Amino acid sequence: MLDSALGSNRLPAAPGVGYKPQHFSQILAEAAPVAWLEIHAENYMGDGGRPLAQLRHLSERFPISVHGVGLSIGGEDPLDADHLARLKHLVGWLDPASFSEHLAWSTHDSHFLNDLLPLPYTDATLSRICDHIDQVQDVVGRRMLLENPSSYLAFDESTWSEPDFLREVSRRTGCGLLLDVNNVFVSATNLDFSPQGYIDAFPLENVAEIHLGGHDEDEDDHGHPLLIDSHGREVVDPVWALLDHVLERSGPKPVLIEWDTDVPDWPVLRAEAVRAQAALERIPA
Amino acid sequence: MTESQATFHDALLDAAQPVPLGLSDAQARPAGRRFSVYRNNVAVSLTEAMHEAFPVIAKLLGKQNMDGLAGLFLRRHPPSSPLMMHYGEAFPDFLAGMEQLSHLGYLPDVARLELALRRSYHAADSTPIGPEALALSPDDLPRAQLAFAPAIGLLRSPWPIHAIWRFNTQDGAPKPQAGAQDILITRAEFDPVPHLLPKGGAEWIQAVQAGQTLGDAHETALAAADGFDLGALLALLLQENAITSVNIERLET
Repeated sequence: MLDSALGSNRLPAAPGVGYKPQHFSQILAEAAPVAWLEIHAENYMGDGGRPLAQLRHLSERFPISVHGVGLSIGGEDPLDADHLARLKHLVGWLDPASFSEHLAWSTHDSHFLNDLLPLPYTDATLSRICDHIDQVQDVVGRRMLLENPSSYLAFDESTWSEPDFLREVSRRTGCGLLLDVNNVFVSATNLDFSPQGYIDAFPLENVAEIHLGGHDEDEDDHGHPLLIDSHGREVVDPVWALLDHVLERSGPKPVLIEWDTDVPDWPVLRAEAVRAQAALERIPA
Repeated sequence: MTESQATFHDALLDAAQPVPLGLSDAQARPAGRRFSVYRNNVAVSLTEAMHEAFPVIAKLLGKQNMDGLAGLFLRRHPPSSPLMMHYGEAFPDFLAGMEQLSHLGYLPDVARLELALRRSYHAADSTPIGPEALALSPDDLPRAQLAFAPAIGLLRSPWPIHAIWRFNTQDGAPKPQAGAQDILITRAEFDPVPHLLPKGGAEWIQAVQAGQTLGDAHETALAAADGFDLGALLALLLQENAITSVNIERLET
């Protein structure tokens, strides 16, 4: 287990947004209530140029969360040593306030599929994920956060519930958890479970960051609602209500708005952060 | 027992493959269309990445054709790294191998230009020299060696790729005329710019990159093009922050 002081999460319990380069000037001019920014690690692994210059500049003003989307922690293959080294380098020079990745896989046989792919929740998966997280935390040198996925289907062989699985990963590796409330809502709708029940079973004491985002609506072969985690629109009201349910139990947490496709103008994104700020302010004392 | 990630991977990239076994909805019915969400995410995100990386190729071919090509390309060349900034390195050769596109012979070189612009965008930063560093004595100047910024790039094509690029990215740019063109990409600060090189310019840059002195490089360029104008090219390189050091070979005495 890592010394918690080494990697303790330094994000403020305030709204943050996923950083998009087109918002650079406006973030510097009128950020409030946005108090921190999250970047996708892989977009800042070039050698230089504007992306790194902007990141250096922003990091002087805001706590930064580094959110990886390409490590394939759930992959059956060994972790990509080159990619781990790149993460270590980025986290090393930037010294971000938080570093997180996903409970998912994305690479097989050296093919990166650019999506967060699902895992069966079995003892075998558990032990593989824990080995990988141990390795990441060793190499990068700090505690990481692991995020719950959006699910569109279930694995017949799963023997663990997702909250129990994540609780056990956190217990074994010492990693913190990133709770994506929209993902909970999406999975619950797609797989017919209670999102509140999921939250009540979730180890909220290990949650160091919360994500919110928009989703699209579709249907499966049987006309059953199928929500797609698209990050392309506003957070819907039932997800805001679920955030209240979380915050009442967890207390204040860093809350991030993710908006990755059809990225809106800054005032629209900022308005979502204002809503997150309001949710944080109405937490019962 | 669910099939391995190998089966999942193959079924993601090939819609003709059956949905892997052991995947269900909440009523234990086979996942069916639910699996297509992942197929769709992979195809759409990688197709979008190709549109972003090759906007001029996309414009030349039209959206529908570009979508189709991106779909073929991702199945033949899935990304080999989680760094999407490198995705599409194999695209020029892929285009060159497409028989249906052989009447558009310039496409691979236009794709190479777009790749080179993106490479320049992400290249390492560097500190340029000022013009005073080149104010050398007539003895020293021919013996000087230059180093260029990592963000520069050189492309040589039998096609008018600079004119094609301009015509498709700038309003009012003239229609391309047949003929070979050489391009120098520079990045004065953050935005790469392709410049049309005069005859002899590419030979000079290659000679300098190979470590030739300015004197030798000048002769190389003159051999390629009578009347090669070194002054104009040096002025461009200085203005674009493209030279990072001047080294003068001292003769042993």
